[in-house]
Amino acid sequence: MRNTINEAHEADVDYGVPEESSKKRKVVIPGEVIVSGEDYLPGEGSHREGENVVASRFGLAEELGKLIKVLPIFGAFIPRRGNVVIGKVTDITFHGWLVDIDAASGSFLPIEESPKFISKNDMEQYLAIGDVVAAKIWSIKSKGIDLILNGKGLGKLEGGFIFKVIPSRVPRVIGREGSMISLIKEKTGCNITVGQNGWIWIKGDSIDAEIKARKAIEFVTEKVHVEGLTEKMGDWFEEN
Amino acid sequence: MAIKRESGRSLTEIRPMMAKVGVIPNADGSAIFAFGDTVAIAAVYGPRQLHPQHMQDPSTGILRCNYDLLSFSVSDRKKPGPSRRSQEISKVTEWALSPVVDLEGFPNTVIDVQIYILQADAGTRTAGINAASLALAHAGIPMKNLVCSISVGKLDKDLVVDVDKAEEDFKGGEGPTDFPIAKIANTDEYTLLQLDGKIQPEVVKKILKLADKACEEIYEVQKKALKEVVQ
Amino acid sequence: MAMSTSNLTIETLNKMFAEGKRFDGRGLLDHRKLEVSFEVSNKAEGSARVKLGKTEVVAGVKLALGTPYPDSPDKGNLVVSSDFLPLASPRFELGPPKFDAIELPRLVDRAIRESHMIELDKLVVTPKEKVWTVYIDLYPINDDGNLIDAATIAAIAALKTAKVPGIDKDGLVDYDTHKVALPISKETAPISFTFFKLGNSIILDPTREEEEACEAKVVWGISKWNKQHMINSCQKGKRTVFTRAELEKMMDLLPEKFDELNDKLKKFL
Repeated sequence: MRNTINEAHEADVDYGVPEESSKKRKVVIPGEVIVSGEDYLPGEGSHREGENVVASRFGLAEELGKLIKVLPIFGAFIPRRGNVVIGKVTDITFHGWLVDIDAASGSFLPIEESPKFISKNDMEQYLAIGDVVAAKIWSIKSKGIDLILNGKGLGKLEGGFIFKVIPSRVPRVIGREGSMISLIKEKTGCNITVGQNGWIWIKGDSIDAEIKARKAIEFVTEKVHVEGLTEKMGDWFEEN
Repeated sequence: MAIKRESGRSLTEIRPMMAKVGVIPNADGSAIFAFGDTVAIAAVYGPRQLHPQHMQDPSTGILRCNYDLLSFSVSDRKKPGPSRRSQEISKVTEWALSPVVDLEGFPNTVIDVQIYILQADAGTRTAGINAASLALAHAGIPMKNLVCSISVGKLDKDLVVDVDKAEEDFKGGEGPTDFPIAKIANTDEYTLLQLDGKIQPEVVKKILKLADKACEEIYEVQKKALKEVVQ
Repeated sequence: MAMSTSNLTIETLNKMFAEGKRFDGRGLLDHRKLEVSFEVSNKAEGSARVKLGKTEVVAGVKLALGTPYPDSPDKGNLVVSSDFLPLASPRFELGPPKFDAIELPRLVDRAIRESHMIELDKLVVTPKEKVWTVYIDLYPINDDGNLIDAATIAAIAALKTAKVPGIDKDGLVDYDTHKVALPISKETAPISFTFFKLGNSIILDPTREEEEACEAKVVWGISKWNKQHMINSCQKGKRTVFTRAELEKMMDLLPEKFDELNDKLKKFL
């Protein structure tokens, strides 16, 4: 009953399940039969029991052709390779920074990842305890997670603020091909980085813009099952 | 002539049930479950880091359950702090839930299940297991199925389903018997079995069948609560 | 990371408060939506559930017979306890209580005791020998900041609906009979207001995120006697100072805040 897909692809993993590309989504509970038939393939969050494809967790079941998946609706962040995450530095060791990304394992950012050469004595100059960093998950081992900083928008975050949403809503916040997050950025003029771990960074030109961007994102995350959300957000921005 | 239940229920009638999911915003999963006047609240946090490190299991996440009564959930105020009884119930609850969860994908982590009884009128461990099962599902933990739990008792010679406090204290005839049971929904697999009382071996078979029927009803209540939270 | 607010968010909150703004659109001194309900447990002599925004605390009142304390032989006893159940927050763990969990019940106790809300002298069964002990147990169910103020409201709501159990012919408590209401003052009930400070801004009723960012706090217990507002208790916490001007401003604010919250509370009672 293992999850059959545990590793995401490195590229494009930030932009999770597209909003409306799949058909027939329904809420299922563990043990519930989703479909019956030998030709269906049980993907993530489901497994085969005889003729039936059965849910392995509580979530939204969807059929993508003959592939069945159950996407989580609630729950803790499950880290995957390639995820962009936002974390807080909790300690500095000889070789790098320990970063809390709100996952079940600790994460580590090696000193080699810093953008310019830093000697071991100057590590605090780049990232001090309590500072916030956007990073990518390079590998997940039993001893912990390794982070890297190669990518646009990654590195130390300065100014603005961070807040948390339920990790499984992150694909909604990003939207199909980034459409939702682009809309929010455009309407508020804010810089926004979305972590797959549910932590989001916003920095804008004014407090009001930053507050609005947060409200917009929180509004999006409250809607679990809504079609055409990007269009609805257009209306939301008219009213708010 | 069948014994009359003080509550007016029929022998196989469960008290009115109530279930609600998503009652604690901070938790990864949470639920309330009630059998009549017995109310349990459960929260799940995890998978999360497990300290101390020597308790970690590199092959799988571990399930850790904690059950207790709130001081004012019972008539004689319960002093704060775990009792032997609550420690035992915590452990059997863990054993009741472990068979359905698949934690191999989360090595070195812990899934913490916290169960508290807000109001106690017997059947607290069964209400607790039902609440915990919902909270685990709500938290998106990989699970084969839900776990359902009910206690079956005996008043003199009659078997009764969902024992309340008055029945637990029953003093007539052969005295009370209380048999809390939990099973994996829609299967023949039992995960909790405890017994206090006097019953003949053949009667155990009858009790299991009564528990099966009751658990089907409980499952429907749990299913509805989970589906409702996504609205 | 649910633990404490990060440096950059603290700086942003500082700027926001300086402009009088908060994420949820409230004013700096506004409370979140208050909800009070009762009968959390029918086994309690009185119980209540309070929600302030997403913060939720339950309180239960239990009475038991005991001996009076030596220095108050003609009064009943009051014991206020709290347990920060791991249910309410990823920060709470099983085991010995951390400072917040020790401080909270002591602050609630002080506010109630010093306001004389409970008429302890009416809780004597046999003078000098047998009195009622009033136990108030407070449990956070969800921690989104300002637990102290939410807990105080829960405690007094539970007290206001509490009844005294009967005593049977053997002199033991009969929990199946509750006839008499708990003797409490008709006039006064304390409310606590914890003021938090970040930079030069003072706020009330913070969310957890806001509370973690703040550098100083001061809790005031306030009630009303003969139409006169009375401050009954006070405790300052955290490391930063409060200036005289800030404290004087609080004294100007408190009576009005008390009346405002008291009116909201009356709707539930």
